[in-house]
Amino acid sequence: MSHSDLENDSHYADIAPGDNRFDGHDAAEAAGSYLVGLALAMLLTTVSFFISGTTLVWGPSIPVALVVLAIAQMGVHLVFFLNITTGPDNVNNVLALAFGVLIVLLLLTGSLWIMANLNHNMMPMNQMMQMQ
Amino acid sequence: MSTFEAAAGRGNLDRVEHDQESRHYRRTPEQAAAALLSKRIIAGYGFWIFLISDIIMFSAFFATYAVLVGATAGGPSGRELFNLHNVAIETAFLLLSSFTCGLASIGARMQRGSWFYGAMAATFILGAAFLSIEVHEFVGMVAQGAGPTRSAFLSAFFTLVGCHGLHVTAGLLWLLTMMAQVFAKGYRADVLRRILCFSLFWHTLDIIWVALFTVVYLMGAAQ
Repeated sequence: MSHSDLENDSHYADIAPGDNRFDGHDAAEAAGSYLVGLALAMLLTTVSFFISGTTLVWGPSIPVALVVLAIAQMGVHLVFFLNITTGPDNVNNVLALAFGVLIVLLLLTGSLWIMANLNHNMMPMNQMMQMQ
Repeated sequence: MSTFEAAAGRGNLDRVEHDQESRHYRRTPEQAAAALLSKRIIAGYGFWIFLISDIIMFSAFFATYAVLVGATAGGPSGRELFNLHNVAIETAFLLLSSFTCGLASIGARMQRGSWFYGAMAATFILGAAFLSIEVHEFVGMVAQGAGPTRSAFLSAFFTLVGCHGLHVTAGLLWLLTMMAQVFAKGYRADVLRRILCFSLFWHTLDIIWVALFTVVYLMGAAQ
């Protein structure tokens, strides 16, 4: 069965995460995808390391920039290394990932929010010592 | 039978059923087998679910670290401890190893030995170099009295970074196992599925490292 038959099939098959639709003929193309991913990831990493030590930009903006760069790099890794794409064959993989991201966000924001709140309301340690 | 033929078999079966709507639904064993998703997709998807749960576990460690990052108990903070030069080298090694791991998975699917073994060996060397720098960093920190028992910050640091390091160690052992299995058993379908899962694992470790060097090292050194 050729590649184009699969494309035209209305029951478009799922694909395993990490696989791409190369059937052994266009290995150069598959390797090229990894190469593009490597170049983009290296670029983002270099910018991250550069920005963390620079005084060229306003200080408080640096952590925000680092987070944005990290998320962009994770996206590059997902698309070019793990081949998680928006294609119809990838819906299951993307949905599982989306659920994981939801849990991660709930866990991170929930923990930080609650702990910051507790920290804010806690009596300073020296006062607590005096009460004992 | 290739992955895609097996997976596309579902579509064919649906059409067969459609044509025979007025008759009984009868499947030959061949049709029933074709109706199943290929094992490669099932194995890859199942392992993907595991990796997502692993990411969720790491996010708990990240949350712990973020809460405790200021709790240095009078001890050294990340700004005094972290050497960004080393971290940049570690990052480069792990990123390159992710790339060579991708090349190895192509080599495995093309069933080309020199490509597969070469890329896997490069992945192993880069991963081992990453790990040795990390161990060296840990030993140095413990030697200067900044071990995991010094403060809550350092406990959280060693737990988070050490957990990633343990994953990399497990990945290296898995990598050697896959090379040995290809050597002993050849490019069998089950061996190829394990290589798929291994490459997923290795790429995911690199994604976690991106979060790690950003949150722990770059933000820690910038504070």
